[in-house]
Amino acid sequence: MSTYLTEETTQVTDAAVSTRLSSLDTLESEAIHIIREVVAEFEKPALLFSGGKDSVVMLHLATKAFWPGKVPFPVLHVDTGHNFPEVIDFRDRTVERLGLKLVVGSVQEFIDRGELAERADGTRNPLQTVPLLDAIQQNKFDAVFGGGRRDEDKARAKERILSLRDEFGQWDPRNQRPELWNLYNGRHTVGQHVRAFPISNWTELDIWRYIERENIELPGLYYAHEREVFARDGMWRAVGEVSQPLPHEDVITKTVRYRTVGDMSCTGAVESDAYTVADVVVEVAASTLTERGATRADDRISEAAMEDRKKDGYF
Amino acid sequence: MSTISEISTGSLTEGLPTTLFRFATAGSVDDGKSTLVGRLLHDSKAILADTLDAVARTSADRGFGGEKGGIDLALLTDGLRAEREQGITIDVAYRYFATDRRSFILADCPGHVQYTKNTVTGASTADAVVVLIDARKGVLEQTRRHLSVLQLLRVAHVIVAVNKIDLVDFSESVFREIEADVQQVGRELGLGSDGITDLLVVPVSALDGDNVVDRSQRTPWYTGPALLEVLETLPAADELESHLESFRFPVQLVIRPQGALAPDAVAAGLDVEAYRDYRAYAGQITEGSVKVGDKVSVLTPGQDPRTTTVVGIDFAGASLEEAAAPQSVAIRLAEEFDVARGDTIAAAGTVREASADLYASLCWLSPKPLREGQKVLVKHGTRTVQALVRNVGGKLDLASFKQEPASTLELNDIGNAQLRLAAPLPLENYLHHRRTGAFLVIDPLDGNTLAAGLVKDHPGDHEDERYSI
Repeated sequence: MSTYLTEETTQVTDAAVSTRLSSLDTLESEAIHIIREVVAEFEKPALLFSGGKDSVVMLHLATKAFWPGKVPFPVLHVDTGHNFPEVIDFRDRTVERLGLKLVVGSVQEFIDRGELAERADGTRNPLQTVPLLDAIQQNKFDAVFGGGRRDEDKARAKERILSLRDEFGQWDPRNQRPELWNLYNGRHTVGQHVRAFPISNWTELDIWRYIERENIELPGLYYAHEREVFARDGMWRAVGEVSQPLPHEDVITKTVRYRTVGDMSCTGAVESDAYTVADVVVEVAASTLTERGATRADDRISEAAMEDRKKDGYF
Repeated sequence: MSTISEISTGSLTEGLPTTLFRFATAGSVDDGKSTLVGRLLHDSKAILADTLDAVARTSADRGFGGEKGGIDLALLTDGLRAEREQGITIDVAYRYFATDRRSFILADCPGHVQYTKNTVTGASTADAVVVLIDARKGVLEQTRRHLSVLQLLRVAHVIVAVNKIDLVDFSESVFREIEADVQQVGRELGLGSDGITDLLVVPVSALDGDNVVDRSQRTPWYTGPALLEVLETLPAADELESHLESFRFPVQLVIRPQGALAPDAVAAGLDVEAYRDYRAYAGQITEGSVKVGDKVSVLTPGQDPRTTTVVGIDFAGASLEEAAAPQSVAIRLAEEFDVARGDTIAAAGTVREASADLYASLCWLSPKPLREGQKVLVKHGTRTVQALVRNVGGKLDLASFKQEPASTLELNDIGNAQLRLAAPLPLENYLHHRRTGAFLVIDPLDGNTLAAGLVKDHPGDHEDERYSI
């Protein structure tokens, strides 16, 4: 059996027993434990994968959890139709590299069929809920992994790692199961499903330090690059097919990067000269704005924006 | 004393990586818990500018401050819309901050409603719990209840923060009196003198920041560390002596890819032939440590333990010589036993016989009461079995620490019960095994969690008196 001690063995992750695990190793082990629990206890899990950094980290953790086997579940992407082209390209390459099945829920198709209406402000992030629930139902997914973190938002700060959703995908914050020790209760009845958040306890800085340590590839727009932008709502918006400046909004070229990657119509860039992951780690550690506050118009709508969307079945 | 501002560059690339420390807060109504949590987050610079701006605007709107001005720190932990509308806290909230020594996970447990449920939940994963006392009120019944729950749950470190010390003019005598009362309660409970838990008392003003992050000049009679210093230096549960116990590893699943090897691993040069018959048991080490070559027993319910040797400890392409709790790994054994989810791998000869009779303390967390004769599910490690509640053996009066007769348990009650399991489980006394001595009681009808269970020794076995509630 010792033939498994093979050459491709790369960096040995902190095996030292005499010293404590680093916080990243502890978080990694916790996340892998949760991913394995869900795979063991549910019939048909899927992983929400947008090409955003949190979902990329989730997928990386899943590959580690089942090594040398394949990741034993499909990935699900809710495509707003307003995605950055380089993110879609990254998504497709990743799925190919890991040999995964990709399920796409399309906001555009729902709009074309008249089952969803375009919003006045043009943003499509809130429209993702309907295609998401439809994909969950059509594919009979009983558990859906998400990359949600509790440090993102005060509604998420109160959500369980395994979060029970009813037939309508709704989250009921007043009726959550207590989560004790490392014993996760994923029991659900027909029609209910569970959202699983294995990286609940990670912060934005943890994510970036982990990306750096594990050398994880991300879509290029997370790093500083030159882009044509215009100012709107106190953010830099990219010029693109679905994101056009109004006559009074001047287009200029800036060196920017994205801290979150969402719908092109509501995600803003920040001015940055962080060209490498190490630069980003330093930038995030020194940042004075939360990532959602800095770059997401959809979370600025109201103080309870995330809470409202979660109750309606959002991620 | 270090703050997050120092984390920015140096400590990330130089020196030791930070370690994780989990703690919870518990308090009564109006003892300033939200302000203390806000103060810790604010003074450790975990609050970013946009959040602070929003809080400052709301503080001004609500006319907060008066002569002191500034912001209402309690708003930093203000949660859901329903909570803001009703002025209450619904649920345990998790907060994050870091110093250059440690990353902290704070479980912020509301005190006034369902305090037992929330405290049990927060304390179950905590290395330490901070209990707040209002210096003007001293030890209340609620304080006794909190300390009682923490003792039962074997929280390693209990820190009592005597808050609002500014409102008693930083009086040493007031503090000493409360400190003596706390120690007295601790002695009654065995808390802090049992070799498992310790008990510390710190005078603080959450509103002004005295002894929260930095030591205060206004309490010269207090020579101990500030609260954050305590949290930065206490050993976490997994580095305590008591943790260096025998190896325990509940099997989560079997990794047996057969033909379905990960394409990225193959592309990176994985030897496909060598891995064709790969078989390993995946799980998280709950206790102790394991080395390649160790003798282990595989515990399968209903079967005699089978002894074999660990031949490999794998983690995502890395082969480890040894691993310890709380690492997630995959373990290979010398013999091709039939091992499945729900089995436990343990250091050979260290586990007593599995038992179908379960004696336990139950913290009842559901509005549906427990009744004798009820059928429930018991989730222990990675196994869930059916169980019958044979009898309820009384409940604990948390204020007097006395046991009183009871034939039912209701929400927030803590009591004794005896259950008969449909299959034997490798149960261990929670007193010494915080993971393998813990279980959930689940409602088979709707799947909800009914209770947190703590395994006790069978009557007749040697039993620690401190634990017999």
